[in-house]
Amino acid sequence: MRVALFITCVNDTLFPGTGKAVVSLLRRLGCDVDFPAAQTCCGQMHVNTGYPKEGVRLARHFTEVFAGYDAVVAPSGSCAAMVREQYPKLVRPGSKGAAAIAEVAPRVYELSEFLLDVLKVDDVGAYFPHRVTYHPTCHSLRGLHLGDKPTRLLSKVRGLELVPLPRAEECCGFGGTFAVKNPAVSAAMGSDKARHVTGTGAEVLCAADNSCLMHIGGTLGRQRSGVRIMHLAEILATTEATP
Amino acid sequence: MSGTFLGMPGNFPENAAKAVQDSQLRYNLRKATHTIRGKRANVVGELPDWTELRAAGKAIKDETLRHLDRYLIQLEEAVTRAGGHVHWARDAAEANRIVADLVKATGESEVVKVKSMATQEIELNEALAEQGITAYETDLAELIVQLGDDFPSHILVPAIHRNRAEIREIFLDKMPETPPGLTDEPAALAEAARLHLRERFLRSKVAISGANFMVAETGTLVVLESEGNGRMCLTLPETLISVVGIEKLVPAWRDLEVFLQLLPRSSTGERMNPYTSMWTGAVEGQDFHLVLLDNGRTGVLADEVGRQALRCIRCSACLNVCPVYERAGGHAYGSVYPGPIGAILTPQLRGMSSDLDASLPYASSLCGACYEVCPVAIDIPEVLVHLRGKAPHNPAERAGMRVAGWILDDSVRLGKAQRLATRFRKLVPKRLPGPLSAWTDTRDLPDIPEESFRDWWERHERP
Repeated sequence: MRVALFITCVNDTLFPGTGKAVVSLLRRLGCDVDFPAAQTCCGQMHVNTGYPKEGVRLARHFTEVFAGYDAVVAPSGSCAAMVREQYPKLVRPGSKGAAAIAEVAPRVYELSEFLLDVLKVDDVGAYFPHRVTYHPTCHSLRGLHLGDKPTRLLSKVRGLELVPLPRAEECCGFGGTFAVKNPAVSAAMGSDKARHVTGTGAEVLCAADNSCLMHIGGTLGRQRSGVRIMHLAEILATTEATP
Repeated sequence: MSGTFLGMPGNFPENAAKAVQDSQLRYNLRKATHTIRGKRANVVGELPDWTELRAAGKAIKDETLRHLDRYLIQLEEAVTRAGGHVHWARDAAEANRIVADLVKATGESEVVKVKSMATQEIELNEALAEQGITAYETDLAELIVQLGDDFPSHILVPAIHRNRAEIREIFLDKMPETPPGLTDEPAALAEAARLHLRERFLRSKVAISGANFMVAETGTLVVLESEGNGRMCLTLPETLISVVGIEKLVPAWRDLEVFLQLLPRSSTGERMNPYTSMWTGAVEGQDFHLVLLDNGRTGVLADEVGRQALRCIRCSACLNVCPVYERAGGHAYGSVYPGPIGAILTPQLRGMSSDLDASLPYASSLCGACYEVCPVAIDIPEVLVHLRGKAPHNPAERAGMRVAGWILDDSVRLGKAQRLATRFRKLVPKRLPGPLSAWTDTRDLPDIPEESFRDWWERHERP
């Protein structure tokens, strides 16, 4: 299967470890992984901040770069949701752009969807002997409707103790540019989320979106909580041989 | 804090920043919204056909809006046939003038009011006061707000920002007949309000209401409530004036079957509301006037994405699940319509020329909890994003977004920008300057890695 990695601009720039983890995980599971070097950004920041012109340009670029792959895998629920849920709303129905989106969008998967729905594996052979809690990010939960897919994968990881996060379905307060446009409310939401995380006694907070983790992790870090953040891909890529 | 929301200074981020510092307010809001949220989830969860009901509610409202002109004429004919008088009001000023003239024609200088969002929206009480007419709110929560010289902060529970102890203080201070031994037990507070209101009901000759629904086919108006105070106003006075937004229509009587299930379960979290009052035209010698209010609604109807906001049945479910509303409170939105629905309704009804109104489409993290609970499936995040595209942007932000767009347009440019960032990674301060300090005031920055993913791939993996 010819799989394209859609790394996302945030992961590319700030969290390359997540991309490397996806590559090693998918190869371990027998996929032929390609990284189309022309890729940049899905355009979510521009569209959601009120700059649809720039966003549409980036969406067009995305559909060109990722045309022709069997599957496009993104280690981000939010960017996958952007392509699948929001792209179709950016263009006129029946237009050339709409056809290009209809061609690519259904083959874009968030990582846990790809593992469970396409590769049909729930045990990826990972080993991670730590206490972990999972935050289901809003766009994974209410955009892509991932449900328990990520936690099903985590529950098969050897050595991993999964502890439930209270009020998990509540937004962490990141919200893209919301975090700087409404800093007081964003910080209040983030500190409530961080309080719930530390309350679980987990060593690691896991999610399928590094942008939300950057916000919660930044809050946890400022509080010197000692809780680490890790993307789902990084936990799933860890084995006894490659800790 | 008396006066009106209109022309309120500030903007949402500033208002919210003050509100989040108020720990009592945050406690009151968290407790109240989580209680109603839980009740709603229970009563919605017990209906096997909730998804179908929601789809039906959406479809009925869309059909109504598509043929609003026809249904409005049908309603006018039905109300007139039943002995009522129909008035058309283009905006708040016209509606207020019509109501004031109708009250003056009765020779009365006092009116009792049924809880109504439309009359709050047009600031009818203040307009009547200017004409020497006193309007008394009779809904318990609206009474608390009115006596406290306060603003409403929730659609269903306008005094949600107040707790029992605060309400007791307001009653002791503003209702002279209240016994000094009043406790803050809910039953005692309700009894004190009942004593205060009873005499008003018996004395008043004129009542003003809104309506939850208007049935085009029959000309029937419908009010749902919990206390029965609305019914006292609707039945006792000699003149009844109802001010209703033109989008409150449903085509046929049988459509109520859907909405009388959707509304109470979504708003108070009850299977059925205690009182449902329905009336058609002038009843038993009562003089009945219906004022149909546009006040920006036809403008909203013209917007293909934004018009779904007109499906709203004012249940407040979106407020009760909104993490932003829970922290910011209703006053921060500077409108009688707070929360997620307010963030899409207010800028559409009032425009985005003020700082405050232009900031409302951004008063959301786009988490989608509002859309999930909306009983008429208004895709609030979609409308927020749509309005952000139309909102005025400040020049610095616009320039920044242009540069970001230019870099992201081309992977070579993006690679160069990333290499620039990694080269100077050690120089990034712990606290950022300017608008970016909003991030580092409360959050650490992630470390910039030695190498971007694309450069790592280029070195290691490229065949």
